[in-house]
Amino acid sequence: MPATITPNKTEQERKRRVEDHDNGSGRRPPTDKRTGGGGDNDNWNDRPNGRRGPYERLHRYRMGLFFALASDLMFFVAIVSTFFVNQSTGHFDAYNHYVNEWLPTTIPPILWLNTAVLMLSSAAIEFARRNMFRETDVMDEWLGLGKPITRRALPWLSATIALGILFLVGQWIAWRQLALQHIFFKTNQSSHFFYLITGVHAVHLFLGIAGLITAFTGLYVSRQLETRQILVDGAAWYWHAMGLLWLFLFTLLVFFQ
Amino acid sequence: MTPPFNTPPAQPHSTSATRRRLCAALFTTDHRVIGIQYLVLALLSVVIGTLLSLLMRIHLVWPDWPLPLHGPILPEDYLALVTIHGTIMLFFVLTTAPQAGFGNLILPAQIGARSMAFPALNAASFWLTAAALLTLLSSTLVPGGAAISGWTAYPPLSAIPSSGPGQALGMDLWLTSIGLFAIASTASSINTLTTIVRNRCHGMTWERLPLTVWGWFTAALLSIIAFSVLLAALLLLFCDRHAGTSFFLPTGDLVNGILHQGGNGSPLLWLHLFWFFGHPEVYIAILPGMGLTSMLLANFSHRRVFAYRTMITTTLLIGLLGILLWGHHMFVAGLNPFASSAFSISTMAIALPAAAKVLSWLATIWRSRPSYKTPMLFALGFVSLFLTGGLTGPILAQPILDEYLHNTFFVVAHFHLIMAMAGIFGLYAATYYWFPLLTATSHHPGRLLSERLGHLHFWCTLLGAYAVFLPMHLTGLAGEPRHYAQLTGIPGPGGSLSPAGALLSHTLPLNRFITYTALFLATAQLIFLFNLARSLRKGKIASSNPWQATTLEWHPTMNPFPPLPASDTPDISVHRAPCQYQSNQVEISFLPQWAPIPFEQDEIEDVTDTKPE
Repeated sequence: MPATITPNKTEQERKRRVEDHDNGSGRRPPTDKRTGGGGDNDNWNDRPNGRRGPYERLHRYRMGLFFALASDLMFFVAIVSTFFVNQSTGHFDAYNHYVNEWLPTTIPPILWLNTAVLMLSSAAIEFARRNMFRETDVMDEWLGLGKPITRRALPWLSATIALGILFLVGQWIAWRQLALQHIFFKTNQSSHFFYLITGVHAVHLFLGIAGLITAFTGLYVSRQLETRQILVDGAAWYWHAMGLLWLFLFTLLVFFQ
Repeated sequence: MTPPFNTPPAQPHSTSATRRRLCAALFTTDHRVIGIQYLVLALLSVVIGTLLSLLMRIHLVWPDWPLPLHGPILPEDYLALVTIHGTIMLFFVLTTAPQAGFGNLILPAQIGARSMAFPALNAASFWLTAAALLTLLSSTLVPGGAAISGWTAYPPLSAIPSSGPGQALGMDLWLTSIGLFAIASTASSINTLTTIVRNRCHGMTWERLPLTVWGWFTAALLSIIAFSVLLAALLLLFCDRHAGTSFFLPTGDLVNGILHQGGNGSPLLWLHLFWFFGHPEVYIAILPGMGLTSMLLANFSHRRVFAYRTMITTTLLIGLLGILLWGHHMFVAGLNPFASSAFSISTMAIALPAAAKVLSWLATIWRSRPSYKTPMLFALGFVSLFLTGGLTGPILAQPILDEYLHNTFFVVAHFHLIMAMAGIFGLYAATYYWFPLLTATSHHPGRLLSERLGHLHFWCTLLGAYAVFLPMHLTGLAGEPRHYAQLTGIPGPGGSLSPAGALLSHTLPLNRFITYTALFLATAQLIFLFNLARSLRKGKIASSNPWQATTLEWHPTMNPFPPLPASDTPDISVHRAPCQYQSNQVEISFLPQWAPIPFEQDEIEDVTDTKPE
């Protein structure tokens, strides 16, 4: 048996580069993590802030989300243009009169309350999102002093989830109120659109709540700060977009019927 | 004695382990494998779609021929054939293979990225696409059979389940399938866009992006704009069918003996929504092929791409104009004449960037001495078919002429030449060109497809393509309608031929000719399949850059590609625009994008570099 124990080589040899401040102390993260799986030789040091380091992956996910939201915007653009077309479409009756049978659907007043709730939830998620990026807390986490970021963001995130569910309940009440007045999806042209627009938006919010719950779980489960930031940031931008979209759709339903 | 700590645990070779490994290989997030999965799916689809088209051709000239195991082809069967042929070819072949298949296989390598931006999303989009294909194919097995309203599914007939066989469950499955496909394509396009924007390697500026990447980029932009509009339209149609709404149903519609009260909906609205998607869709199918053609012509004629920046601009311009001219599909649908004029102008406007592209292709190869390898031949075939198909475009863009031609085979000839055949030629060019990268693994370099069989395949396909689709212009001008199951042989009043049959009887010889050549064209593809099967095993081993290409996918590390995508792979950076060919120099006639500047000064600096390794 040899007198000295040579440890087995478990790591691949890799090149060190002084230009990346790699002086061999082993403090440098491996190359892969550095670039976030992007291109090779990606000019690490000369890149603007946000295209390197901890935010590289975050910005990639954010960009993907924004492309998805752009696509989603087109979905709603299609529905809203259908709304305007159907609103102005009529037909000729037996006496050759042009008839437009559009009867505006009365907006249940509770929708105003729901709108306020959704705006509040948007504010809450913005607080949660900003708390994910507080530098002092990031430093604390980095030094291993617990998970202050999770601690700060969780209440706001929980509030958002609660407010989001409240909004959906409010929408449900609105549909019930209309149904009590015997206005259903199939009743007439404008009710088609009232239910379609609110319904499709509700499905989007439902997905948003699923995203928020994922972020909530992630805050507990994930130890990697970057992952938590991505989860909350992505959920927040999606939620803001849905809030903004609701303002637009609500304006449409209230003022443009 | 305990084993050393780094000894891997003994792997029990049980069936469960094999299954797990199979699952891992199947549900991989490796973009290269996903690309190949997409290509296999497209190959399967194209085989099915081709067989369906042959059945249509046979039925048109021999209407009494019974399909084995099925019996005579009824008119509704013919319409189902039309529907599934169109849907499968457009969605699962011409959208999937260039954009998602080669987009996954080649795109990351071409921009110097190690992977796509969202690998898991990538795998999810593939499996959604596969589910969509399965749903579509399963619709032929349900009662009533597959949907019969064409790939455009015009209401009100598509909105009323009782309007015909296949319009009930078959139509629902069609809607589900296309909905799934729309979601998958959107997800895949988000992935493509993010990858191109964020994962380019050092030095890969926007102007240095190969034109193929510009094609993928523009097509992905069109996808995220168009597919969600289609999804909205599908949702509305689904509501019309099942929730009692009437978005597309007019008042008092009498269908199949049943009066549908309906509301105030407008069938024309579906046409707007559908073609707002449908027209960009054909550019999604053709733009990657255009980019590839530019690169291949430059590569094989050893020339720079003529007017590179203009080519980038025209790619984007075609994308932009492509979303502004959907109305030319609706000239005969009762569009406002003023709208027709506007759409006619925008349609003819797109001829400008398209013509600029053709001019650049011609200028690139002008008076060069190309090496006529199979990919080059297919790229030239692409130019030829694009030109031939494109020349009938301005004719159809005239609302007055379109009135007559719209529902005839003239339109069938037009779009099959410019979109289907040109698209397929682009795909063949891509397959022959990138086959080494398709077959390369981490263990051994890739293989080449056989050139001799390739040449034979090319000439047969080119001849077949023209022989099938050029005569269709003539039968169309003679008045042969499309979507009609049977043209002649239907007795009219008094035992004579029906008036339409009498009108069309003189096109019958030409139609017979088209069917024979269609059978020839399809048979010629067996050469390709044979070449594919043979070269996978026995093909010539390709060198790392067999075509003297300048783009990054032919970087020495790509063929065979390294087993570890980690930090020990050599750095890739880009130093110049692609297609730097110098025909006047003998020794170094081309400079790849990755090669550093060949200055002696630079080499001296490298030698005296004092940085520690």
